[in-house]
Amino acid sequence: MKVLMSGNEAIARGAYECGARFGAGYPGTPSTEILEEFSKYEGVYAEWAPNEKVALEVGIGAALAGAKALVTMKHVGVNVAADPLFTVSYTGTNGALVIVSADDPSLHSSQNEQDNRNYAKFAKLPMLEPADSAEAVRFVKIAFEISAAFDTPVFLRSTTRVSHSKSVVVTEAPVPYEDRTELRINPSKYVMVPAMARIRRVEVEKRLQALREFAENFPENRMEINNNAEVGIITAGMPYNYAKDVLPDCSYLKLGLVHPLPEKLIRKFASRVKRLHVIEELDPFLEEQIRAMGIEVTGKKIFPYTNEFDPGVIAGALMKKTGNAVELPEVAIPPRPPNLCPGCPHRGLFHVLGKMKTTFVAGDIGCYTLSFMKPLEGLHSCICMGASIGMAHGMSKALGEKGKGKVVGVIGDSTFIHSGITPLLNLAYNQGEAVIVICDNRTTAMTGMQEHPATGYTLQGIKAKEMDFQALATVLGIDSVRVIDPYDLKNTRIVMKEELSRSGSSLVVSRRSCVLFKRRYTETRKPLRVNVNKCIGCRNCLDLGCPPIAWRSFKDQPANAIIKNAKKQEGNSYIDADLCTGCTLCRQVCKVGAIEEVE
Amino acid sequence: MDKNDTQATNNITGRVRSVLMAGVGGQGILRASDILCRVIMEAGLDVKKSEVHGMAQRGGCVTSHVRYGQKVYSPIERKGNVDILLAFEKLEALRYLDYLKHAGRIIVNEAEIYPPAVNLGAMTYPENAVDLVRHAFSTVMVVKGRELAAASGNIRTENTVLLGALSQWLDFDIAIWERVLKEAFHPKALDANLQAFHLGRDYREG
Repeated sequence: MKVLMSGNEAIARGAYECGARFGAGYPGTPSTEILEEFSKYEGVYAEWAPNEKVALEVGIGAALAGAKALVTMKHVGVNVAADPLFTVSYTGTNGALVIVSADDPSLHSSQNEQDNRNYAKFAKLPMLEPADSAEAVRFVKIAFEISAAFDTPVFLRSTTRVSHSKSVVVTEAPVPYEDRTELRINPSKYVMVPAMARIRRVEVEKRLQALREFAENFPENRMEINNNAEVGIITAGMPYNYAKDVLPDCSYLKLGLVHPLPEKLIRKFASRVKRLHVIEELDPFLEEQIRAMGIEVTGKKIFPYTNEFDPGVIAGALMKKTGNAVELPEVAIPPRPPNLCPGCPHRGLFHVLGKMKTTFVAGDIGCYTLSFMKPLEGLHSCICMGASIGMAHGMSKALGEKGKGKVVGVIGDSTFIHSGITPLLNLAYNQGEAVIVICDNRTTAMTGMQEHPATGYTLQGIKAKEMDFQALATVLGIDSVRVIDPYDLKNTRIVMKEELSRSGSSLVVSRRSCVLFKRRYTETRKPLRVNVNKCIGCRNCLDLGCPPIAWRSFKDQPANAIIKNAKKQEGNSYIDADLCTGCTLCRQVCKVGAIEEVE
Repeated sequence: MDKNDTQATNNITGRVRSVLMAGVGGQGILRASDILCRVIMEAGLDVKKSEVHGMAQRGGCVTSHVRYGQKVYSPIERKGNVDILLAFEKLEALRYLDYLKHAGRIIVNEAEIYPPAVNLGAMTYPENAVDLVRHAFSTVMVVKGRELAAASGNIRTENTVLLGALSQWLDFDIAIWERVLKEAFHPKALDANLQAFHLGRDYREG
């Protein structure tokens, strides 16, 4: 059947069609939908793990038992999973193990732009890279075949543009499922103590050599020869599409396998053209290896290192005229950055933290990271998943007396479970004094409401045990554990001040479910409005950065409509009732009681 | 011929056309572009679409590129090459004007959604957005999406109204549109959406 599928849906479909029935992963843009889609197919077992390292280890266990296992994560997730990754390369996989790394050129939704093709080379693993959804289906199947045939984990690399673009896929019926799992004991292959790892180490090199030979005749390493073309292009993945749009008449070597490279095939291709371009996003990964073969190519000399490409980038690098530019109006266009939603529970907490001007707030990865922006300005760092707690602790220790009561670490509930537990234990163990806040919105909100060990449900909707943050903090040895509702500004302020002035370790759980989370959010509140007969134009409510609240300058209002309630008043606030969720934060910060419910 | 050797396909079998939809999170852009893609597929053409699901859930810019023809490679269009810009919001029309080609056409929804800098009073919302668009391009259709959606009986059909307006400029059979809409919507929401689509399709400016 012909269907339109995103790259992520296609990866899930391909895994299902070729008989994989086991999946594990941790949500992360742009990878999240792969496991969500995979989990919906009949007969599939799939789970969200607390983090990518655990997900990979779960996948390794399943593969060692003989299963075909799919493990999914975003590019930075592979950093977390790197420890098992480098050694499972030695042990091999018995069944089959495919690891999807979804990279994010242009950092649409990430903290860095690392090129995970380097991991394939580093860990000595094969890596396939599809260019669209049809290839994604095909390449996952090939990845499972290579994994089984060469006893190796296989990377499938996607990028945001592949994962989140939709294109036509012809679906097939799944092959009949075959259960090949059984308990197998083989210590010399799976116990990686030095004596045995040294032996496996040699096998890794042999395997890589066999894969190099495989690559030479691999049909998805495809030459498209135009006999009149002087220029040959070596490319892979999404950039192939961009190049084909701009340079339809060149010859192409399109690599489906980006590691290891087919040296003979590359030489043959080079001999058939006068000049070679390597078109690849991010690192000169192909380029450097091809140069090392002694083949001259043009790559990063003209094509950028940073950001994702598009046809315009390629045309620009080759100084080709692109499109027909028109004369555009000269007007300042206000930017529209992503923002915390109306009614977002993070807003109350970060409004309070932002007002504590002498406090450093070490942040983490989640929607709440956005509160670094004006007007909240309630967060001062963001490095990686879980970094907030360790950083707050380190900063507080380094500052000593100077930092007393001035260092906070904030972390989301899912992020805390991902990698906040060990640093919290460290803080308790080493008698840290930084105050840690878990922004517990009861879900993995930023990636689109995924379950985690504290939501009470699994990926496949099974009721599960619900981890208790307070109980956990207590057994880790945290001295003071408090729970607050971030919709209650006064209490949030009081509790934060009390905990910052206390000696010993403390954890505050700021708990209210995400306003978009349908299972938890059942309460409907009345939207609010500004009573212009009372508003004094102090802008306190605007300091919340809430999307429905806008400033209406008197300059833009007809003279007869202006109602002034204070001497120097220059305008008043306005609330868009269609967007307002009635969270009441603005009513709490209004000193003159000008904000009331819409009747 | 080698195993790895295929003849280069001649991709000049028909020009690839592109529609860029632009607006604000929550306006139903992804749904609208999905429907457009299905219509194109039903019409027997190749199609690719692309968007980036940005940080956080709502409130940022959302764009969806749709490219179609006999054979499509890139799912995103380059600047200066888009055939039709469908702007769900006036400011977003201005923001993405540079994607249009010289003879490009624009549909602008008569909607204003203030970004944070405007809400805070730090920047002003360009009052004459539609005039600026008309000044730069000759073929501009301004649609009162909200009013037409209200007339359909369901205020949430604004995106379907805009699809109806877009359908005026695309050469796809009305029967295909109706079939795809019937598959796309829950029976409860279908009547309003079909009506919204036709209100957009029959809409004429002035």
